[in-house]
Amino acid sequence: MNMPDKHGKFIEYGGKFAPEVLMPAIEELEKGFKRYVKDPGFRKELDYYLKEFAGRPTPLYYARNLTEKVGGAKIYLKREDLVHGGSHKLNNTLGQALLAKKMGKKRIIAETGAGQHGVATAMAASAAGIECEVYMGTEDIERQKLNVFRMDLMDAKIIPVESGSCTLKDAINEAMRDWLTNVETTYYLIGSIVGPHPYPLMVREFQKIIGEETRKQIIDKEGVLPDYIVACVGGGSNAIGISHEFLGDEVELVGVEAGGKGIESGEHGATLSAGTSGVLHGTYSKLLQDKYGQINISYSIAAGLDYPGVGPELSYLAEKGRLKVASVTDDEALEAFKLLSRVEGIVPALESAHAVYHAVEMAKELDEDKTIIVNLSGRGDKDVFVVAEALGVKL
Amino acid sequence: MKIEEKFRELQEKGEGALIGFVTAGDPTPQDTVDIVDSLIEGGVDILELGLPFSDPIADGVVIQKASERSLKAGMNPDTYFRIAGEITSEIPKVCLTYYNLVLQRGLERFIVDCQNSGISGLIVPDLPIEEATPLLEACRKHDVDFIFLVAPTTMEDRLQKILGEASGFLYVVSVLGVTGAREGFSKAINPTLRRIKKLSPEIPLAVGFGISKPEHVKGVLKAGAQGVIVGSAFVKIIEGNRSDIRNAKEKIKELCRELKNATRNK
Repeated sequence: MNMPDKHGKFIEYGGKFAPEVLMPAIEELEKGFKRYVKDPGFRKELDYYLKEFAGRPTPLYYARNLTEKVGGAKIYLKREDLVHGGSHKLNNTLGQALLAKKMGKKRIIAETGAGQHGVATAMAASAAGIECEVYMGTEDIERQKLNVFRMDLMDAKIIPVESGSCTLKDAINEAMRDWLTNVETTYYLIGSIVGPHPYPLMVREFQKIIGEETRKQIIDKEGVLPDYIVACVGGGSNAIGISHEFLGDEVELVGVEAGGKGIESGEHGATLSAGTSGVLHGTYSKLLQDKYGQINISYSIAAGLDYPGVGPELSYLAEKGRLKVASVTDDEALEAFKLLSRVEGIVPALESAHAVYHAVEMAKELDEDKTIIVNLSGRGDKDVFVVAEALGVKL
Repeated sequence: MKIEEKFRELQEKGEGALIGFVTAGDPTPQDTVDIVDSLIEGGVDILELGLPFSDPIADGVVIQKASERSLKAGMNPDTYFRIAGEITSEIPKVCLTYYNLVLQRGLERFIVDCQNSGISGLIVPDLPIEEATPLLEACRKHDVDFIFLVAPTTMEDRLQKILGEASGFLYVVSVLGVTGAREGFSKAINPTLRRIKKLSPEIPLAVGFGISKPEHVKGVLKAGAQGVIVGSAFVKIIEGNRSDIRNAKEKIKELCRELKNATRNK
């Protein structure tokens, strides 16, 4: 069955829980997306930017040193860290920025947590020649100074958000309020498979190229499909991006969430592992919330995983058992961050380091004829200050 | 008292409805009954009592902060319904909250709690008609009005659908944006009111977002609305006088009287 259905539902998850002011804009977006996604001219332009600007296709790299060190299944890395800007986020922002331009929008707004989506939006908006403003929690601005400066260099205006926990969730709230106010001129460019329909569908559509490339590449290299695909899960865009292509295959899909200080501690971002169903930011999905429905504050050392919600499609896939869910703590992610840097010469984003850690744990238990592909969704340059601090190093 | 009855009564008197909003539990749950009393003494016709949500995307900064204060002071739906039940005035009471709180309590239980605490209407700003069917059913079953919002961006086909399901009154959003008092008040509301009236002359229209002054009230009623909704202006008084609730009450009563006067002789 084709998911989501025309109401934007993945069985019970998803939908459009948005204020009436936005509903016409959401309908307009749905129409615009449907029209252009099939339009050869639009595809051609997007393909051009993905190749010439973003640097696609990205390699599928056999991590020989890591594999040998671990001694088990073969580990491949899908190198989304090599996408222009340093993460998979640009795949989506290019698609949506070009769509915004086609739809005649004069201004793009976005939310950002780690800053990667903000940076990618700034890049895509520059490429498309559209004005760009990015909402970012003050907590995240502090944690991700480097990305804040990069956005500034690319002429994006940062709007600090001081409400609530001052992180991604609050940046989304504020971006939605801006959209409510400026809906006639403004395009809201959401960075993950969250938000009201059609965002989860649209972001998946622009990210599924990761999996499409991966399929060709692994067949070229191994002659068969991989046994496992492992990706970190915050909102879920890189996970669905690499997984969607393999939903119908016998490939085990694993989503790795932020265990933070341990799920028992209550300080984590493991929404699929520990959440319950509810409505936040326009969609019905798993959430971290109290018994009354107030949203809990999530936590992770990786700002990009620090979100109390998750994409509705992943809630659906996890419930169905199609997506296996695991969680990795801050300390474990740091360990993988150091390990991959040391043995492969690749500094992963802290977000992606969660997936690396779990893949290594899996590989240890598996035979050498098995293959695991890790979606290395971003590079770790942005994280060096946070990591140095965690390791007690003064930069 | 039913909302419709109230609007009928006011129409006979030639008055518009003043609908006053405060966030329950702001600054603490102990203050709410007192604050509501001052609204009632000031002449409010319908009380809209907010049940705060942690992530109120349709609210401006004034009501966001009120929600934060209230939640910090321990507000939750159990306390909310207890407080609502303690408000014994005859005037209709309406609950405003976000969908997740309704969902987590259970749709039917939430509506039954409304009914038992004398709440006769419910506003859920993040629940569009597409997703409202299950809650609408529960509302009908227990005779609680589900009050829809309509925006200047709501075009005819959507409007038709909404009017088909609406009861109580229609909450007409004056401007694109979030709640909050604005200095100037836009006349852009007039065509929206005309469009709705043309399709449905019966349902009362109450205009909200940005109304804080008697001249706004007069303007909106003159444009054809049956009521006005004032929220942030009251909440701002609470914010500015949280250490002196008696003073807040006096000021709320005074503003309420001024606004109520503006609804007369429309």
